[in-house]
Amino acid sequence: MSDVSLTVNGKRVSGSAEDRTLLVHFLREHLGLTGTHVGCDTSQCGACVVHVDGRAVKSCTMLAVQASGSTIVTIEGLADGAELHPVQAAFKEHHGLQCGFCTPGMIMTATDMIARHPEGLDEATVRAELEGNICRCTGYHNIVKAILAASETMAKGAKGKAKQAA
Amino acid sequence: MYSVNYHRASSVAEAVKLLKNGDAKLLSGGMTLIPAMKTRLAAPSDLVDVSRLKDLQGVKVSGKTVTIGAATTHYEVSTDEKLKKVCPALAHMASLIGDPAVRHKGTIGGSIANNDPAADYPAALLALGATIITSKREIAADKFFKGLFETALKEGEIVTAVSFTAPAKAAYQKFRNPASRYAIVGVFVTKGKDGVRAAVTGAGDDGVFRSKEIEAALAKNFDASALDGLKVPAKGLMSDIHASADYRANLIAVMAKRAVASANA
Repeated sequence: MSDVSLTVNGKRVSGSAEDRTLLVHFLREHLGLTGTHVGCDTSQCGACVVHVDGRAVKSCTMLAVQASGSTIVTIEGLADGAELHPVQAAFKEHHGLQCGFCTPGMIMTATDMIARHPEGLDEATVRAELEGNICRCTGYHNIVKAILAASETMAKGAKGKAKQAA
Repeated sequence: MYSVNYHRASSVAEAVKLLKNGDAKLLSGGMTLIPAMKTRLAAPSDLVDVSRLKDLQGVKVSGKTVTIGAATTHYEVSTDEKLKKVCPALAHMASLIGDPAVRHKGTIGGSIANNDPAADYPAALLALGATIITSKREIAADKFFKGLFETALKEGEIVTAVSFTAPAKAAYQKFRNPASRYAIVGVFVTKGKDGVRAAVTGAGDDGVFRSKEIEAALAKNFDASALDGLKVPAKGLMSDIHASADYRANLIAVMAKRAVASANA
């Protein structure tokens, strides 16, 4: 057993877990944050993607104790109260989900992707960057649309803020 | 996963000591080791995490000399601006590993110490004539990669960095398995002051290897046309559900041509 201390969605949390406990199980079972899903459990499908110290990682392929000391953001940490994060809003607007199982991972991957491409995204880049996330409902068309739309909205938002600051 | 004891090392020296615990294994990005533990293909008693050691981080470029710390992630290698200037081929290669989330965790030291026969870095380091620096010594890439999942590393020896001189020209081309993203065939070619080197991953029965045929043809003329009609022997190549040895032999020539064209572009 080891002590695991994390900052999750802005809150400091700690607990004790077996060393073999995966981060995704710690989030779901110890912290009750069940928005992060376990899909394939073999690091392929991306349903478990969360941000660890600002980078998208597959939480089914990391031990909770490895993450101790890190800052984590999960799907529960994106919305601002009742106001959806722009990526969440875009998935809703563009029908980027059907059953919703892959959606938390898709959205965490998308927010990371948009952050890493401040110059903007094109369809080919989005499709290539989504290779670690699998949707088994209907394909990726609307997911790609949603990510492109969110990327534009967020770029405009950033410009607006810059203007306000100036 | 079987029960395991986790240790976070605070120095390379401490990691060497911790490795003496039972059947301990080093943990870096964990992108191979953790899946292997989950499927119980690996069952170490202890894990020694070196991924946060400051001494093992980052890409350093000094003139043409590149040194990459063992715990540098694929993402960091793929986006390093200094590296992109002197050896864009290696940054490009790193951008082709796994998917973005895997690249955020997986490390160069972990990749080469594991020496998966379909991993990308072994081909790159062999073609670059790199030196692998460990807690004990320096090993030439030609002597480091020994076979399937086998390296020259001794018990308790830790890869701390890799170093190489950026060649005048280099490129990597890989034909990926569409599911795993591992190479069915990957070819890394370089043209430097010591001549042409071409290393092949994903194909050899005994892991990564240098192709004499490609190197001989390119030594005369470093141009894709020099490989026209090149026959790579299928002997010693892997046959599996993904591709036969003959198919891989053909792919090696195709990937080598594309790599040379890209290195000259």
